[in-house]
Amino acid sequence: MKSKVNRELPDDLMKQLNYQPFETTEIGNPEIQRVAPKVHVSTGDDKIVDSIKKVVDETLEDGMTISFHHHFRNGDYVFNKVMRVIIDAGIKNLTLAPSSLTGVMNDMVIEAIKAGTITNITSSGMRGSLGDFVSHGGLKNPVIFRSHGNRARSIEHGDIKIDVAFLGVPSADRLGNANGMKGDAVFGSLGYALMDAQYADKVVLLTDNIVDYPNTPASIKQTQVDYVVKVDKVGDPDKIGSGATRFTKDPKELKIASMVNDVITHSPYFKDGFSFQTGSGGAALAVTRYLRQAMIDNQIKASFALGGITKPTTDLLNEGLVKKVMDVQDFDKGAADSMHTNGDQQEIDASWYADPDNKGAMVDQLDVVILSALEIDTKFNVNVMTGSDGVIRGAIGGHQDAATGKLTIISAPLVRGRIATVVPDVTTVVTPGDSVDVLVTEFGIAINPKRTDLLDALSNIPGLPVYKIEDLQKMAEKRVGTPKPLEYTDRTVALIEYRDGTVIDSIKQVKD
Amino acid sequence: MEIKKTAIAGTLESSDIQLTISKADNGISIDLQSDVKKVFGDQIESVIKDTLAKLDVKDAKVKAVDKGALDCVIKARTIAAIQRAAETTDTPEWEVL
Repeated sequence: MKSKVNRELPDDLMKQLNYQPFETTEIGNPEIQRVAPKVHVSTGDDKIVDSIKKVVDETLEDGMTISFHHHFRNGDYVFNKVMRVIIDAGIKNLTLAPSSLTGVMNDMVIEAIKAGTITNITSSGMRGSLGDFVSHGGLKNPVIFRSHGNRARSIEHGDIKIDVAFLGVPSADRLGNANGMKGDAVFGSLGYALMDAQYADKVVLLTDNIVDYPNTPASIKQTQVDYVVKVDKVGDPDKIGSGATRFTKDPKELKIASMVNDVITHSPYFKDGFSFQTGSGGAALAVTRYLRQAMIDNQIKASFALGGITKPTTDLLNEGLVKKVMDVQDFDKGAADSMHTNGDQQEIDASWYADPDNKGAMVDQLDVVILSALEIDTKFNVNVMTGSDGVIRGAIGGHQDAATGKLTIISAPLVRGRIATVVPDVTTVVTPGDSVDVLVTEFGIAINPKRTDLLDALSNIPGLPVYKIEDLQKMAEKRVGTPKPLEYTDRTVALIEYRDGTVIDSIKQVKD
Repeated sequence: MEIKKTAIAGTLESSDIQLTISKADNGISIDLQSDVKKVFGDQIESVIKDTLAKLDVKDAKVKAVDKGALDCVIKARTIAAIQRAAETTDTPEWEVL
């Protein structure tokens, strides 16, 4: 069985897990049915609990699905605290369904897998020792990787049925009204956790900061919460996000950023009221700076900026160059603080942000999006999941979702060290080439041949050489040489879902 | 060319390779560390071996710590390490370079 991007998929697993292969980026207009959570009725006066153990004993059974959010990123204390108790309680065969897994959780996940506590995982991604462990066959069942929009879709469909959600928050009241904006360990938007709060059967909040009732603004509401657990610290504020964002001085990144800016400003989308999403990498931040100047020079204002938000974006909001920031997560403290003070910075949940099975998601309204890539191939397929050694070391994030924007730009250097970024075939297809429009490297750009309109608009711009992507691939190969093909075993360690819930590619166990 | 002492060339910076060459009795042995060993390990070792052969080094122990160097860098660092190890930096064999 093959997906439309010509990837062989494991027939037995596809059948066993009832999957269809990826066909098209078009979602169409199907009618779908959403699920609803169980409600344990209460007036809410007895939600405060002092021990995680008590909650685990009252809620968890073998075989259940548990979830966490990753808004604390590498400053997270909640995941390890809760998993410790669950492992020690001897609970087995859990499905772990967090919004994503960060490095600080790796060792605990590996311990839980070895103990038989966790036997299934679905996540946006994984890195470091956990990615290595899974790629070497450490988990029996394949990991299911889903984008942020697809996770929201899967929860709404009931494909992910969360029994208990453990959600850390920097402030909550005794009934569970909570936000990510007040307290010591603030991270701003609770975007990904809002799905868990809305759809999990049992919602457990963990906080180090119980405030007077009622707590506002209430991102998570008392109507959704079963328990409020007081813990000593939910997170390390210094590790949640980078502090002050520094602009890159790397000439290669600056050159790519300036060419990305040229592509945007010469495209038909650069006009008053346009919308955009940038990432958090060095080049993406530099693009924001170039774009700011171009907007001032041309007297153009953006209607909204979307996605993971950084301070350079909230600065544009304060300058009036961007009218609204639609915020599913904040990457730095500046952006997180701004959410608290600026009413035009709207917290949005993952469904509103990117769920394809929707009455309209924000990504459907998006004009320009700048995304990164570990690899991109001559079919414009993008890999953000596996490294040059075939080992899992990335996350889908919102990549597949945002790529449905009207102008999807992949910004990436031609080579990184001895590894080519532009390759004949990516190791793992995450985002299909059909939703990618322009590749920008430091040597020049390549335009998806399907976009003849962009070929017309972007050819003959001084300082913006246009190549065929095959030529960029050859340039890369000439510099670094031809790599020996990677070797894998027959065993599947992960499946990559497309945002509609079909399977686009699989990851095999690496051979050592 | 005869290896007289242990010598080193190159750095551990990204896109560089650090080579340490020392005396040996029987043939060439290469101990390679590289993040790209799986896909470029054979190529890196063959560049080092070819360069040793060109400079007529028959016995040497080579430790290579690669940080993603391109072939031209590997070749240059190997030549520098050999000349230092053979104490010929003042009289390089230009014709084989």
